[in-house]
Amino acid sequence: MANTKKRIPTQHVIGFLLSLVMTLVAAWAVIGSDLPKMWVIISILILALLQAGVQLFMFMHITEESSDGGHVPWNMMFHGFALAAILVAGSLFTMSFGFDHGDMDMDDGHKQEQHSEHSE
Amino acid sequence: MALDEFFVTGEPLIYAGMVSIALVTSAIIFLLTYFKKWGWLWREWLTTVDHKKIGIMYILSALVMLFRGGADALMMRTQLAFPGLEFLDSQHYNEIFTTHGTVMIIFMAMPFLIGLMNIIVPLQIGARDFAFPFVNAVSFWAFFLGAMLFNISFVIGGSPDAGWTSYTPLAGAAMSPGPGQNFYLMGLQLSGIGTLATGINLMVTILKMRAPGMKLFHMPIFTWSTLVTCFIIVFAFPILTVALALMTIDRIFGAQFFTLTGEGLPMMWANLFWMWGHPEVYIVILPAFGIFSEVIATFAKKRLFGYNAMVWSMIIIALLSFLVWVHHFFTMGAGAFVNSVFSVSTMLIAVPTGVKIFNWLATLYKSRIEFTVPMLWSLAFIPSFILGGVTGVMLGMAAADYQFHNSYFLIAHFHYVLIAGTVFACFAGLVYWYPKMFGHKMNERIGKWAFWLFLIGFHICFFPQYFLGLDGMPRRLFITNIAEWLPLNVISTVGAFGMGAGFAVFVFNIYYSYRYSEREKTGDAWGHGRTLEWSTTTPVPFYNFATVPYVDEIDPYVRMKEEGKTTFDEKKLKPIHMPSYSGQPIIMMSFFALASFALVFEWIPLAIAGLLGGVACMAFRSFDYDDGYYVQVDEIKRTERKARGL
Repeated sequence: MANTKKRIPTQHVIGFLLSLVMTLVAAWAVIGSDLPKMWVIISILILALLQAGVQLFMFMHITEESSDGGHVPWNMMFHGFALAAILVAGSLFTMSFGFDHGDMDMDDGHKQEQHSEHSE
Repeated sequence: MALDEFFVTGEPLIYAGMVSIALVTSAIIFLLTYFKKWGWLWREWLTTVDHKKIGIMYILSALVMLFRGGADALMMRTQLAFPGLEFLDSQHYNEIFTTHGTVMIIFMAMPFLIGLMNIIVPLQIGARDFAFPFVNAVSFWAFFLGAMLFNISFVIGGSPDAGWTSYTPLAGAAMSPGPGQNFYLMGLQLSGIGTLATGINLMVTILKMRAPGMKLFHMPIFTWSTLVTCFIIVFAFPILTVALALMTIDRIFGAQFFTLTGEGLPMMWANLFWMWGHPEVYIVILPAFGIFSEVIATFAKKRLFGYNAMVWSMIIIALLSFLVWVHHFFTMGAGAFVNSVFSVSTMLIAVPTGVKIFNWLATLYKSRIEFTVPMLWSLAFIPSFILGGVTGVMLGMAAADYQFHNSYFLIAHFHYVLIAGTVFACFAGLVYWYPKMFGHKMNERIGKWAFWLFLIGFHICFFPQYFLGLDGMPRRLFITNIAEWLPLNVISTVGAFGMGAGFAVFVFNIYYSYRYSEREKTGDAWGHGRTLEWSTTTPVPFYNFATVPYVDEIDPYVRMKEEGKTTFDEKKLKPIHMPSYSGQPIIMMSFFALASFALVFEWIPLAIAGLLGGVACMAFRSFDYDDGYYVQVDEIKRTERKARGL
């Protein structure tokens, strides 16, 4: 707790305002804009990445040196990313039910097999 | 909204509930006023940031919730044993099994363990409080008010009735209109935020505030289990928070995340719920393992066998706990490949768990066991938990699970792991650390009565349920007048009342010991304490350690006792920096509780007012420059000399 001087946290205020603005722009892109669907998706994805960047650099000390106990901030962030990967990949894997949705030729036979199983 | 829509009407049992709530509340208010205790309550408890007092409040609330969840259970068992009696109707039965599950997991098991962690972990690592004492108080009030919000649902507005898993589409607005399901969402959300904050708080405390010299692999095993649990909490609870928020938006603001219409994906709820839910079962079992390890090592009077293996198996369990969630819904209809992956990962978890079992047995091997009450609970845990674990592996086989799924076989399985694991650990831990908390032991003779009643009742209650499940009895069913099922159901109900009797004796023991138990004179109540918490005086001074000892081994107190040392070194006394008590946590969380209550009834303006109040409290807090105070050396000297009889 070296630095407890009462100063204005400029970086945090800027970060806060930036994240508010980006949220509003994203909301506008979906609700108010006339962009084609693909561009809406691309633009909100880009905004999401920027948003994550603001969080990491303005609030989450990603650039900070390791502290006394040898804990570096990106160490914990790595765990966070690993969990996010499990969450997204795992959900996609599970909620696909293990069937791809008929893109390939061999899939037809497979599907029919499933079908006949159910109709028994 | 008319008053008769606000209150639940038409059920004699619920009217009785209302009357008892009114009576108990007015009795409490009367007693507090009569004995002029309001000021004391506010100054000593409601505004406290002391981890020991917060821990005691956690444990008290958890015992109350255990009573509530247990009453639910006995009502269900009565209905199932005497289906002809028409004790409960279908709707009421649905509400009761929902609240039973939710209360027991979220408002009993977790707070009980968090309460024990609160009191014991700082003492075990030589810390004077949590890293963030203020946040600790905020966490407690978030949990407590969340629990109260959930609990009033049965008299106001109606209880949730879609099971503790709250699966969509049943739990969605279309099929469960009204406030019931909102109580579930908001109650869990509020207390979940508290749990998340506690997870961060304890993690920082353990990583940053250990006694000088204490490396991670010198920590007592209960502290290790807490650290691992905190990692699970920090990674798993945000998933629940988001899932609950999505369903709240669905129900209150008409979105379509989990609905059948509008391209919603109802099974996505199950997916997200169990991504939190499976780690959650390890959140309640790992601290239990930690407690048993401490108790077994103490009363076997040996160092825990395989300390490193114990730690690593907990870490591996924590990692694997994030990779098995689909085994809760194998019957969703996913293909063989998906189910196989999760079937294999599920069985992998049995390996580190087995390692732990063998380590406990090896600790007991050739030791002179002292059969105290906490040791009895720990010894009973091992065989009982194995019965639950083995049937868990059976359930983990995806193909076989199609037979077991949602039958009483599953019910028996998870009660065997949760009661024999978590509940036994809560009792063991409470009895074991009771002298440290309250300055006297619980009576051993009555404690043994409670133990045997509960243990025998438990096996009579749940062992028959395996066979009921194999006979095809599904869970969440309120009619059981099928000839094959009835005898086993009656036996099971007898066992349930045995457990109820055990709990009653346990609570009576708290009163009896308060009146008649011998007061503790030393800090090491059992005489075989191995870790730092036993080196403090009883009662523990509010600053815990006058001088923080240097620790560079496992079980440091064993050597201290051999060498006749204490942690106290009068020459090294310095003023101690302590946090000030504050009324802000309870006020802040009351605003959020008000907002949650308003959202339950979808009164948006009131909800906004509550949220604004909460945010205003947070803003106020960020300009609060109260840095705590210093306890002067003279005062510490006086306290320590008195406590140590110097």
